[in-house]
Amino acid sequence: MSDKLINSGNTAAALAVQLAGAEVIAAYPITPQTPLTEKLSELIAAGKMAAEYVAVESEHSALGVCIGAASAGVRSFTATSSNGLLYMSEQLHWAAGARLPMVMCVVNRGVGAPWSVWNDHQDAISQRDTGWIQLFAKDHQEIVDTTLKAFRLAELVHIPVMVNYDGYYLSHTYMPFELPEAEAVKAFLPPYSYLHALDPGRPESLNTVTLPDARNDINGVKQGGYMDIRHNLHQEMRLAMEVWEEIDADFRQRFSRGGTPILDPYRCEDADFVVVAMGTLANQFHDIIDRLRQDEGLKVGVLALQMYRPFPTDRIAAALQSAKGVMVYEKGLSYGNQGALYADLKSALYPYPNRPRLHNFIVGLGGRDIRTDDLFQTLKEACRQDDSVAPEQQDPSHWIGLQL
Amino acid sequence: MTTNAKTTVLNLTAEEFVHPGNRACSGCGLSVLYRIGTKALGRDCIFVVPPSCLTVMQGLYPIAASQLPILNGTFASTAAIATGVRAAMKRLGKKTQVVAWAGDGGTSDIGIQSLSGALERNEDFIYICYDNEAYMNTGVQRSGTTPQGGLTTTTPYAGKKEHSKNVPGIVAAHNPAYVATCSASYPLDFHDKLLRAKQIRGLKYIHIQTPCPPGWGCDERMTIKIGKAAVDCGLFDLYEIEDGRKVLSEPSRRLLDKSKQHPVRDYLKMQVRFKALSEAQIEAIQQRTDRKWDAYRQEFAEQ
Repeated sequence: MSDKLINSGNTAAALAVQLAGAEVIAAYPITPQTPLTEKLSELIAAGKMAAEYVAVESEHSALGVCIGAASAGVRSFTATSSNGLLYMSEQLHWAAGARLPMVMCVVNRGVGAPWSVWNDHQDAISQRDTGWIQLFAKDHQEIVDTTLKAFRLAELVHIPVMVNYDGYYLSHTYMPFELPEAEAVKAFLPPYSYLHALDPGRPESLNTVTLPDARNDINGVKQGGYMDIRHNLHQEMRLAMEVWEEIDADFRQRFSRGGTPILDPYRCEDADFVVVAMGTLANQFHDIIDRLRQDEGLKVGVLALQMYRPFPTDRIAAALQSAKGVMVYEKGLSYGNQGALYADLKSALYPYPNRPRLHNFIVGLGGRDIRTDDLFQTLKEACRQDDSVAPEQQDPSHWIGLQL
Repeated sequence: MTTNAKTTVLNLTAEEFVHPGNRACSGCGLSVLYRIGTKALGRDCIFVVPPSCLTVMQGLYPIAASQLPILNGTFASTAAIATGVRAAMKRLGKKTQVVAWAGDGGTSDIGIQSLSGALERNEDFIYICYDNEAYMNTGVQRSGTTPQGGLTTTTPYAGKKEHSKNVPGIVAAHNPAYVATCSASYPLDFHDKLLRAKQIRGLKYIHIQTPCPPGWGCDERMTIKIGKAAVDCGLFDLYEIEDGRKVLSEPSRRLLDKSKQHPVRDYLKMQVRFKALSEAQIEAIQQRTDRKWDAYRQEFAEQ
């Protein structure tokens, strides 16, 4: 029997990691991730989870331990937030370059300076080019399901996976969710195996210095240089989108949940205007969409982006190319340019001749309250904007909720 | 502690774990240590190596100079990665010996945080620091263990102003299972200390002074002689600490007889890196060394 609970998002994540059978957990405390790792250490200390818990002295070492364990053939997990993720940055690149299957939860939080413990997406956004697959969950059930599926994805494509969920909005709030049966999870997620696991019986030197050019091995077989190896990572990361869809389909068959692994649309079928957002922000739009349809007669919908890296270029362009307008609301940006998601979306739509008009809104940085009325008004105005607005005036990002 | 049954060239295992021919400079102290050290460690071990001369020595992809499994990792996280490998071995029920092998920069500077964390947790692996007293792989820049007065490319003309860090002392302050110091000039002492370390659970730390001809400025044939001179003058001393008890190793123990202690000048004058030292500086180094050994002579009077 599956288990129905009401608990916090951090507990949901911990219970999913327990179900997934991670055997080496290394973590360093940081708000708002802390209750997740506390829960894991409690499960291990109570003998309810057969794993090693390593209380490391930094996030850099947390991922270092996972790199060691994953290279040695054991399923590993860590979690962090904000500056902790940034302190890991070097290790993020390393884990991806080494093609290590591992999963990390990132409980999204603004980054310093100045210090903020509250939610936005700048931590994950700033690490988008590390070679990690980045997934975003919108509620507690998605935290559980995405985490379980993430282990299978990482281990199939040999690319590490980051499961993101909003600090406080999800990490510390209580919501109902269902935990699958342990036996069913075992059937869904085969035991961990790593092709190049460190083994004295079959010695290999991993992550050796690699030259710019391809080079013959001792058997005369040509092996890739650095660029070829990196090209493989890129190609296989692009292919991971299909694998993710297949995993979701299998998960849905077994557990009757899922079906929207990359894009999760709400009232988008006939929509002229589509909001694009990640995480809880997409859910916050549901009521606004209903109101705008009912009170203003606007055909609007919201498209939640569940997978940010690899960026689902073709899928999102296909979903949006016939819209009149697309409004990107996001909690992270590339400073000095625009919203990061907005820029990605713009580039995805560029090849299409009848691409929609695009709007970019920056919201909720460092936990600034995202007022539903502000979302309602800005979206309504963006929908009603006519074509007389020059493109260069339309393009800049609009910051919502500024108080100075 | 190591026993009196010392390994000699006559009973050293003939099996080689390192392929002939590698990318070490000629006269490299590390290549001696690596070859002899792997003989002590045997096949059932996994190496964790940060960027260092050893990274290059072990070969460039897709060719390896060693017959052992090696995990190359980031500079600052050697002890953390070794922790992860060891945790995995525990989960897999394997006794495989995990060996972190890093240089002095990777240990005393950028890697000291993860080393301190692993020491505090008393992780069950061997950590070897081969100390050639500067960042040699990047071309001789000062490190935390570069001695005072030492010329490097980032301490030109007058040499390094500061004293070196006492890394084994910092390690010993964590009270780990085992601490030993070695010299590349006494590779069989290193061999036997590794054999001892293999028998102990918890973190075993071995610090090896490792002469580097291009970095220290000496002829390639002088590697062993210079390392011995460092021990003979008492600047570098060989010891073991087990259960908090410190014992001097044989090459150093004889210096308890003050008449056996050579002047530091003999050692310093063998190397170009010390040519900026004034007579007064050499005298100061001599006095500091004498003070250390006077204290040792009291401490180890009964040994």
